[in-house]
Amino acid sequence: MKAPAIRFYQTGSFAVGNRLLDPEQRSVQAGEQRTNSITCGHRACQGCGEALGARYALDAAMRATNGQMIAANATGCLEVFSTPYPETSWQIPWIHSLFGNAPAVSTGIAAALRAKGREDVRVVGQGGDGGTVDIGMACLSGMFERNDDVLYICYDNEAYMNTGVQRSGATPPAARTATTQAVGPEPGNVFGQGKSAPLIAMAHEIPYVATATVAELRDLEAKVQTAMEIRGARYLHVLVPCPLGWGSASKDTIRIARLAKESGIFPVFEARDGEVTDVSEIRRQVPVEDYLRPQKRFAHLFKPEPRTEVIARIQAGAERNIRRFGLLPDPKEGS
Amino acid sequence: MLRQVEGSRAVAEAVAFCRPEVICAYPISPQTHIVENLSQLVKTGELAPCEFVNVESEFAAMSVAIGASATGARAYTATASQGLLYMTEALYNASGLGLPIVMTVANRAIGAPINIWNDHSDSMSQRDSGWIQLYAETNQEALDLHIQAFRLAEELSTPVMVCMDGFILTHAVERLEIPTQEQVDGFLPPFQPRQVLDPDEPISIGAMVGPEAFMEVKYLAHAKQMQALELIPEIAADFKDVFGRDSGGLIRCYRAEDAETIVLALGSVLGTIKDTIDELRQEGMKIGAVGITSFRPFPLDAVRGALSHSKRVVMLEKALAVGIGGIVSANVRMALAGIQLHGYTVIAGLGGRSITKASLRDLFTDAAADRLEPLTFLDMDWDVVNRELERMGASRASGPHAENILRDVGPVAAGPV
Amino acid sequence: MFEVRIHGRGGQGVVTAAEMLALAAFDEGRYAQAFPSFGSERMGAPVVSFCRIDDREIRLREPVMEPDALIVQDPTLLHQVDVFGGCKPDGFILINTARTFDELGLGGFVKDFRHERLLTVPASDLAREHTGRPVANAALLGGFAALSGLISLDAVVSAIRERFNGNVAEGNVAAAMAAYAWVADELRELNSVASG
Repeated sequence: MKAPAIRFYQTGSFAVGNRLLDPEQRSVQAGEQRTNSITCGHRACQGCGEALGARYALDAAMRATNGQMIAANATGCLEVFSTPYPETSWQIPWIHSLFGNAPAVSTGIAAALRAKGREDVRVVGQGGDGGTVDIGMACLSGMFERNDDVLYICYDNEAYMNTGVQRSGATPPAARTATTQAVGPEPGNVFGQGKSAPLIAMAHEIPYVATATVAELRDLEAKVQTAMEIRGARYLHVLVPCPLGWGSASKDTIRIARLAKESGIFPVFEARDGEVTDVSEIRRQVPVEDYLRPQKRFAHLFKPEPRTEVIARIQAGAERNIRRFGLLPDPKEGS
Repeated sequence: MLRQVEGSRAVAEAVAFCRPEVICAYPISPQTHIVENLSQLVKTGELAPCEFVNVESEFAAMSVAIGASATGARAYTATASQGLLYMTEALYNASGLGLPIVMTVANRAIGAPINIWNDHSDSMSQRDSGWIQLYAETNQEALDLHIQAFRLAEELSTPVMVCMDGFILTHAVERLEIPTQEQVDGFLPPFQPRQVLDPDEPISIGAMVGPEAFMEVKYLAHAKQMQALELIPEIAADFKDVFGRDSGGLIRCYRAEDAETIVLALGSVLGTIKDTIDELRQEGMKIGAVGITSFRPFPLDAVRGALSHSKRVVMLEKALAVGIGGIVSANVRMALAGIQLHGYTVIAGLGGRSITKASLRDLFTDAAADRLEPLTFLDMDWDVVNRELERMGASRASGPHAENILRDVGPVAAGPV
Repeated sequence: MFEVRIHGRGGQGVVTAAEMLALAAFDEGRYAQAFPSFGSERMGAPVVSFCRIDDREIRLREPVMEPDALIVQDPTLLHQVDVFGGCKPDGFILINTARTFDELGLGGFVKDFRHERLLTVPASDLAREHTGRPVANAALLGGFAALSGLISLDAVVSAIRERFNGNVAEGNVAAAMAAYAWVADELRELNSVASG
């Protein structure tokens, strides 16, 4: 399902005012009938992208499955802030086992449901980038390869935030973390080769892979809806800015997520059976500098003096994404 | 029905009779035959409904079992050696969550040096993981213990590990009494989980617990194992009623009533020990044996009762606690607190070294004469050890132990032993 | 208790031979324990398997170190591995070869053994003839039944049929029967030489 095209948004932000729309066009999250899968009172930081992403995604999944859903969670912020003993924010059946095994626990749940003839109940596994692209990668790959009937959602905030902002395999080049500090001749994270979990997922040729950000609420919900209409292994990778780890203002979480997409840093697309089938085009391209500047984790790129070469390398990466995924409208087709 | 059948096949059939709903498998010798047989039973439809999941690691195997068990399915897996270690984190998780998973451990050594043969290093390393550990003496008992294990696990909502000696039991083809589906159904009720992930009654499982409640939650795992001390003999008695066989229980005594010397051991070596004891008894030695079936929970009272009238105990162990010696011994000594008794720890059979009747005979004779050291390594080649120690003393760059010793021992083909 | 040790190479059905022997003993109402020497699972590597047979439960778990009978499936092992380790002078030895003990250079080694308990049988040839494959394990069991009298040919045949199906089973049964007949003939010849 594609998110309905709504050309009725706030100037400058692309945020859509639900109140101005017909009820059927409103997002799941705007509806009174939403499940509140992860309900209020949890302990996430102000402006937490992950809390927001999980809320959108799980409520959409609950709507798509008529509330017949079980979730498995990797260790991480989402698990810790949602279940401070003896409280829980989860209004859905939810299990947390370990850091690296959420995809396998999900497989076990799906297998149990199959054995019990309860395939109407669907399974969502979820974790952060550390639990997904690093320590959970083997279990994730196994779940993909067997095509188990699981939607796995990675909430990517690009470092190990729960343990105090250490580098993960999803930490971008040059970013400052507690283990890639902004000191020495090459401050921040190394320029590695990157580790794109969505592309790895696509290499398994699973039925559905998609990326999304918390800036595009309807897009995220639509992708969850699509994913739940498909059987087999599905992967959704959601970029969720982390004010604490990124050194950004709490109020800027959505804006920064949007800049990640609009700069080409984070390509938003859908793929089926290993082939890209749709991309969210950049509406108004911005230089990566606009994305980097509001984040303290990149502050060393701008002062004491600008590290223009590093910024240029990051820009080149964004351009590569734009070319590879076709994120800009073809100028020949433009009017 | 009496059949001449491989231990692994018999265990697979017993597990299948228990109607597991999810089986997850990752290959590691010597447990592979068990899951191969189960995969066949699922594929042919003889075992249904059941999902057989081929996973990518032992860590995943236990994780899939966790997910399945939490969803109310009877879950089973099997592993050995490095595989057990690779799933360690998930083992503790399963017991901490109180999920009644049953797992076979086909006991095998742990590297380095890599070694595929039998000893108890693997399961002994997990003795504190919160899993109940039952050790099978024979293939018949291995088969029977699996049926009892599901009932024990589910009554207590705690996981159970059935340990059977790799190769020695798993690969031995023997005469076994195979039960019927009706018998097992009469003994093992359907799984009624204490906790289940159900959209109609949503619960959270696996919350973070801070200092204010962690000790209490942890204690419950211990409390369940203390309950198991009562339940294991009850289940064994029920088992005897249905199947007509003595199997399981906490400990098993053999000619121990009037024995001055008692040999204490776990697993298949008890068979060779019993044959040796019979010979020594004929020669007038007052010797008997105590086999420990339940190592976790450890039956302190039963062990104390069985040993208290003897003069000495020889604790024969197939594992080594590097830096101190015996693992089983340490537990037995706790059972013997305050009792004056000679205790001898014997480390034997590591990495598949044969434990022969001839060696046991000499060992027990020495023990009966109190000629043993507190810690003995049965059939250790001290010359080989001392030569390597000399090489280490002679040169800083003495190289890797295993390769040095292999060179020293010389080529070994598959000889008679 | 009667203890048998079988030597061969990975891929020759050495472990299956011990299992079928145990099955044959079981079919005759006895206790039997078959187990392999573990580890050498690669094709061509030397492999040993064991079988114990008794009239009561077998508890012993050590390898067979002093066999009452030795079956050698692959004569190329004779000079590579200590095949005869622990062999007793009153033990049975059956070797899969068309050659004699003397031709194998074993005449001196077995000179104190009971000669009516030592035989060679061209089991691979018989297997090839009846099954199309030179896998001699079933044929050797037929020969062993004749040599030792420990188990009946009927029990060996039914064990083969339990272990294999269809043409494979029937070919192996034919090979076992042929080997049984061959060994029985040899024994008659030995007896007539001894008594004549």
